Amino acid sequence: MIRARELTKHFRVHKRPPGFVSAMKSLVRRKYETVKAVDGVSFTIERGERVGFLGPNGAGKTTTLKVLAGLLHPTSGEVEVEGHVPFKRETPLLEAITLVMGQKSQLIWDLPPSETYAMNRAVFDVPKAQFDKTLSELTELLDLAPLLDKPTRQLSLGERMKCELAAALLHQPTTLFLDEPTIGLDVAMQVAIRDFVRSYNQKHEATVLLTSHYMDDVVALCPRIIVIDAGVLIHDGDLRQLIKTMDPDKRVSFTLTSVPLGDDEVAKLGVLVTREGGRITLKVGEAQIPSVVGHLLGALKAADLAIEDPPLEEILRVMFGKAKATT
Amino acid sequence: MSATRTLRALPTLLRIGVAETVAYRGEFLVWILTTTLPLVMLGLWTSVAEEAPFRGYSSAAFVAYYLSNLIVRNLTGSWVAWQISEEIRLGAMSMRLLRPLHPYVAFAASHLAAVPFRSVVVLPVAIVLLVSSGASALTTEPLQLVLILPSLVLAWIITFNMMFTIGSIGFFVTKTMGLLNLYFGLFSLLSGYLMPIPLLPRAIGWFAEWLPFRYTLSAPIELMTLHLDGEAIARILFAQIGWAIATLVLTFWVWNRGVKNFEAVGG
Repeated sequence: MIRARELTKHFRVHKRPPGFVSAMKSLVRRKYETVKAVDGVSFTIERGERVGFLGPNGAGKTTTLKVLAGLLHPTSGEVEVEGHVPFKRETPLLEAITLVMGQKSQLIWDLPPSETYAMNRAVFDVPKAQFDKTLSELTELLDLAPLLDKPTRQLSLGERMKCELAAALLHQPTTLFLDEPTIGLDVAMQVAIRDFVRSYNQKHEATVLLTSHYMDDVVALCPRIIVIDAGVLIHDGDLRQLIKTMDPDKRVSFTLTSVPLGDDEVAKLGVLVTREGGRITLKVGEAQIPSVVGHLLGALKAADLAIEDPPLEEILRVMFGKAKATT
Repeated sequence: MSATRTLRALPTLLRIGVAETVAYRGEFLVWILTTTLPLVMLGLWTSVAEEAPFRGYSSAAFVAYYLSNLIVRNLTGSWVAWQISEEIRLGAMSMRLLRPLHPYVAFAASHLAAVPFRSVVVLPVAIVLLVSSGASALTTEPLQLVLILPSLVLAWIITFNMMFTIGSIGFFVTKTMGLLNLYFGLFSLLSGYLMPIPLLPRAIGWFAEWLPFRYTLSAPIELMTLHLDGEAIARILFAQIGWAIATLVLTFWVWNRGVKNFEAVGG
């Protein structure tokens, strides 16, 4: 279980305009500014939940994860992870959690991943039989066999991320902090990692807190999302409910193969969102869906018709816009 | 992490430390050759003492001194300050802090693992030269011979602690290379690295006596090359033990305060 109450984390940042004169001035007199990276955030995450942690760049997501993982001392507020105060970094807590950062590696750069795994086994004191079993499962699930004995520096980004995930999970943690775990990966690899995280969560009843700029990761993995902006929590709840509240209209996409459709005819069906070649996407109210779909399939002979929720990116854009307007 | 668990993990940590040390063979050899400053000083001082002893140091005494110096420096040198400072600055320290093993132990294991490899080229050459050219100036006192190893271990601990402390200051000032250069300047002068401490001007010699640098290098050299009475030996070893404890306390004090300041940049 994860609990944060009125969590704040402020940084003192040295500010200096560009240029030689400013550089020289800053030698004598420095200007500092306090940046409120996280400002009074409260939430509780129960064991086994998968939660997406969203926000624009600099919103405070990674800072919050680092506080939860015990890397940063909070400026104020209370934090508890699996019954421990994270910044004390007690052994039982470190054994129960893991933090995967897409842009930071825990693998020993000059040695093959198998050496990092051996070190983690020693440091986390994982019994040999359990280590062998877990590593063999992870090797199979993530297709690691050809990578284990290659020096880490010679792995591609996708290969390295798979090895990072294995290194992070060898001690079988029950709380996973995943910060951009699919960054830079191709679509197939993103899907593989999503599937893997879901199956790990189900098998170990592990709590997952995920940040990602790929909304597909969040939609596929997280029934609940927490949204922060400028360090302030602006939403905590069910993902589908959020979408429904923010934008209840559906997106109806279709391709016209025979009957052309002018913009004035489109306006009768719904609000035009995009028109790329023959492919049209409309925004249609939920109540109008049956009649619009009937018309499209019947009179207009539309093909490849799909009805979807609005993209999460769009919802978030609106949310962050509103948050900015009110601050 | 408990002591027994740390001990269980130690063989793996040492093995990985060895693997890391030898990962780059070329760089490894070049790096070994950079620790040969005492040989330069040896050439200088033996020419000074060629015709007559210089303030009690004969040519053979200088040979014994600087070759012992080379051996001790190779066995006790540490570069952990640079590593810690870089890991703090780039945020890589985050990953170490997530493991249930104190970074002091992890760095110490990796440095200990490197010691035999750092000495593999220099040590045999230095020992052969020492026995052939400077043997007459080496001690034959059994007590001193026995105490050389403990003195080397204590010198290693003091050096490692000082370096760890400087690295940990990186939590407060981000970059510690300036501090490291200052340390190395003081170390070169006050540890006996550049010249034997008795050859220093009296006032500087007084500082050398009361600061820890002498006990990181000169102390084992003195046991190897001087004929000391029991009191002098005890004074050297107790001073080393005192400094080992004091620097350990200082290291953890700075580390524990520094970690609270860690900004875990990046990622």
